[in-house]
Amino acid sequence: MRALVVGCGRVGSTVALTLAEEGWDVTAVDESEGALARLGERWRGGFVNGHGMDVDVLREAGIEQADAVVVATDGDNTNIVVAQIAQRLFGVDCVVVRLLDPARADFYADRGLDVVCPTRTAYETLAERVRASRSKA
Amino acid sequence: MFAIVAGGGKVGANVARTLLRRGHEVTLVEQRGDRHEQLESEFEHQVHLGDATELFVLERAGISRPADIVIAVTGDDEDNLVIGQLAKEKYGVPKVIARVNDPRNQQLFDLLDLRLTVSATQMVLGLIEHEVPAHELVHLLELREENLEIVEVEVGAGAPAVGKRVEELALPQGARLISVMRQGTAEIAVGSTRLDAGDQVLAILEPGKEDELRRLLLER
Repeated sequence: MRALVVGCGRVGSTVALTLAEEGWDVTAVDESEGALARLGERWRGGFVNGHGMDVDVLREAGIEQADAVVVATDGDNTNIVVAQIAQRLFGVDCVVVRLLDPARADFYADRGLDVVCPTRTAYETLAERVRASRSKA
Repeated sequence: MFAIVAGGGKVGANVARTLLRRGHEVTLVEQRGDRHEQLESEFEHQVHLGDATELFVLERAGISRPADIVIAVTGDDEDNLVIGQLAKEKYGVPKVIARVNDPRNQQLFDLLDLRLTVSATQMVLGLIEHEVPAHELVHLLELREENLEIVEVEVGAGAPAVGKRVEELALPQGARLISVMRQGTAEIAVGSTRLDAGDQVLAILEPGKEDELRRLLLER
């Protein structure tokens, strides 16, 4: 199974390493060449240096054969666009996208993107911890 | 008309100013604090500070009324794409104009169904092609909504069309000649118009028909 990870920061690189560990054939894409270092010296997967919105870069990274695409650059709007390119232009079935803004996350989830919003997870969890500690007291 | 202009750079500020002068209601949105301060002295309460890709910023600017038109002219294509998509699909804004900064991103605007786009780079390139033609077939105007384009061709010596009347030409389906210019004088192309080598012909056609037209008007 082939996976593409667009955005190889803290989140993207860890997803790439995890999937590779589980036997996926993974290619990471990042604007910065330095991002490759996050994957470690033992990285055997692919790495393409380029912008995720560049269709040629995505092709070079093998998006046409990809079974899954994970989008986690540091820009929500870039992620929104890249996810829709993967879904609509290349017809990738599994596209998972990280969005930090809960409002945009809701809108695009309603329009059929598989959105993960860590901000929401954070505030829900924080509030939940406070509630739990009060009920213990 | 009520317009929201997203992006207070040179383009956005000039568009906003012109619309205001024409008596329209405008809200300009700019996210950089220092630029916002500059704009405030001119636009006062009509310029808002904020990221126009954030829903609450758009709503504070009045997008839900809804706006009659949203003009997304920031310097980042991903932002213009998202602003355009939100305006159209979330808030039902009837007209959205988006700026394409990098012409390579044009296909992304098409993909997300943002049809009214403007690209300064593309326009400059179009002018260069017109003024310094590298090809014998020059694209003059693209009518994206209509899926048609207007091109200019100089009839080549020895081309199949030379000496023929327009009605005798085997023009491809989806292509029509508009006008013929000879020695500085243009006339509308009608059935009886005869073509000669060196004529400047304007044609309207569906994209993809260029090769057939080229074979007819250009090649020996």
